[in-house]
Amino acid sequence: MTNRFSDLANSANLEKSIAPSRTWQQRWLRPLLSPDVLAPGAVGLLLLLFWEMGVRVTNMPPYLLPGPLLVFQTLVSEWGTLFPSMLITLKITLVAFIAAVVSGLLISILFTQSKWIERSLFPYAVILQTTPIVAIAPLIILWVRQAVPGESSTFVSLVICAWLVAFFPILSNTTLGLNSADHNLINLFQLYHASRWQTLRYLRLPSAMPYFLGGLRISGGLALIGAVVAEFVAGTGGTSSGIAYQILMSSFNLQIPRMFAALLMTTALGVAIFVALTVFSDLMLRNWHESAVKREN
Amino acid sequence: MNPSSAFQLSDVSKVYTNGTVALKNLDLTVNEGQFVSLLGPSGCGKSTVLRMVAGLGKMSAGTIYWGGSSQRRLAYVFQEAALMPWATVQENVRLPLKLAGMSKAAADTAVAEAIALVELTGFEHSYPRELSGGMKMRVSIARALVTKPEVLLMDEPFGALDEMTRSRLNSDLLHLWQQKQWTVVFVTHNIYEAVYLSNRVVVMAARPGRVVADVAIAAPYPRTEEFRTTPLFNDYCREISGCLANASGQLLLRSDAEAKAGDVINQVA
Repeated sequence: MTNRFSDLANSANLEKSIAPSRTWQQRWLRPLLSPDVLAPGAVGLLLLLFWEMGVRVTNMPPYLLPGPLLVFQTLVSEWGTLFPSMLITLKITLVAFIAAVVSGLLISILFTQSKWIERSLFPYAVILQTTPIVAIAPLIILWVRQAVPGESSTFVSLVICAWLVAFFPILSNTTLGLNSADHNLINLFQLYHASRWQTLRYLRLPSAMPYFLGGLRISGGLALIGAVVAEFVAGTGGTSSGIAYQILMSSFNLQIPRMFAALLMTTALGVAIFVALTVFSDLMLRNWHESAVKREN
Repeated sequence: MNPSSAFQLSDVSKVYTNGTVALKNLDLTVNEGQFVSLLGPSGCGKSTVLRMVAGLGKMSAGTIYWGGSSQRRLAYVFQEAALMPWATVQENVRLPLKLAGMSKAAADTAVAEAIALVELTGFEHSYPRELSGGMKMRVSIARALVTKPEVLLMDEPFGALDEMTRSRLNSDLLHLWQQKQWTVVFVTHNIYEAVYLSNRVVVMAARPGRVVADVAIAAPYPRTEEFRTTPLFNDYCREISGCLANASGQLLLRSDAEAKAGDVINQVA
C-alpha cells in the first residue's frame, strides 16, 4: 500500500505536540476570568451597589426591602438554622431527581420497544405533566400519610411531588432521542442481524444521549422547584423542615432579611444544580457532539 | 442456475404502499467476482435493487437465488458515510464484528487490517467529525471490508464527494477489488464512474424501474487513470449515454415530469 496519507498523519501528530499541555491554572483560573463569568459578575455587582445605595438614600425600612449587606449579614447569622433546612430540600430534590432520571429512562426505553405501549401510555404522561403540582400536592400528602405513617411520611410525599414535575422532560426528551437514530445505521444494524438489545445498547442509547442530557438539565431545576412548591403546600415545621418552610415562616414573622437570605440560598442551589449538570453534559459529549465541541473559525 | 453466479434476481417487482412501482419484472444475474454497476436516473429503482439483495426490504414479487454457500457474507456501503459520531474510527470499523459477538482482542487484527486497506492507519483514534468527507467514506468502506465480505453492495458511495476525491477513491476501490476479487454491485448515476470501474454496466430506466441495457466493458484491468482518456473509454460512455437517452426519450414522450432524468442526460451529452 502506498502511504498517501502519511503527510496528513504526521501533521495531526505535530498539532498534538505543539499544543501545550494545560496546567491547573489554565484549567480552572482561566474559565473564571473569561468574559462569560466577568460580564454578568460585573452587572451583578453594579445592581447590588445600586440596591444598597437606594435602600440607604430612601431610608427603606428593612421589613419592606432590606439592603444586600443586611441580607448577607442575616445569611451569616442565621446559617445555623438555614443551612440544615437547605440540606433537607437538597435531599428531597436529589432523591426525586434520581427517581425521575431512572424512571424516565426506563419508561422511554419501554416506549421505543413497542409503538403500542407508547401510544397507550404517552397521553397519561402528558396529563401528569400538565396537572398543576400545587393543586394535587395536598392530595398526595393526604394519601401518602395513609400509606406511610410516621416521620418519613412528609419526606416521601415531597419526593413524589418533585418527581412528578421532574419526570416528564426526561421521558419526552429521551423518547425523542431514542427515535432519532440515523436510519442508515439502523439499516446497517439490521444487515448484520443485530439483536434488539445490541441495537439499543450500541445505537439507540448513544444517539439519545444529547437529548437525554438536555432533559437532565431541565429536570434538575424542575426537581428543586417541585420540592419547594410541595414544601410550601405541606407547610410542615419541626426538625425536618426544608428551606421553603423557612421562607414561609420568615415572611409570616416579617423577618424579611431572613426571608431574602433563604431565597438567596434556594436560588444558589438551583444555579449550582444547573452548572453541575451542564459540566456533566459537556464532559459526556465533548468528543463528538456539536453542542460540546469547540470550533475555531 | 449457473454455478458461477453469485446471485440471481428472478422476475422481481417492488411496489411501495403509496402505489409507486419501483421495480417491474426485473431479472438480473450477477456472476462471482464481477464488478457490476447499476446506472440510471433518480427513481429508476437502482437503490431498491440493492436493498432487496441486502434483505433490507421485502420484494412484492419474485425471488432471489444465491449461488455458492447458502449464507453469503454481505457488506453494504451507504450514500452517506453513516458513521457513529460518538465512536472513534477504530470502534466504527469494529462494529460489524462486535455485533457478531467477537471479542475486542479477536477483532483487533481484522480492524487494523481493514483500516490499513483504506489507508487510514494513524487515524484509528480520531472521531468522525475530525475527518474530511473522503476520509469518512474510507472509514465506511473499511467497516464494510472488516467482515471479509463476499458480496459488496455500494449505493452511490461517492455521490456526495468532490470530483478529485471521487476519482481517487475510484482507483483505490478498483485496486482493492483486484486484490480481493469480491463480487461488487455498485449503484451510481455517473456514467464515467460506471465505465471506469465495471466489468459490466446495467442501465436502468424509471417508472417503472426496469433494465434497458446490459453493456459489458471489455477493457483489461488494471485500469489506470489513462484509461479515462482512451477512445475505448469514450466509445463506452457514448454507447451507454445513448441507451440512457433512448430510455428517457420514450419516457419524456409519456410524461413531462421527468426533468430530472433529462438533466442527467444533458450533463453527460
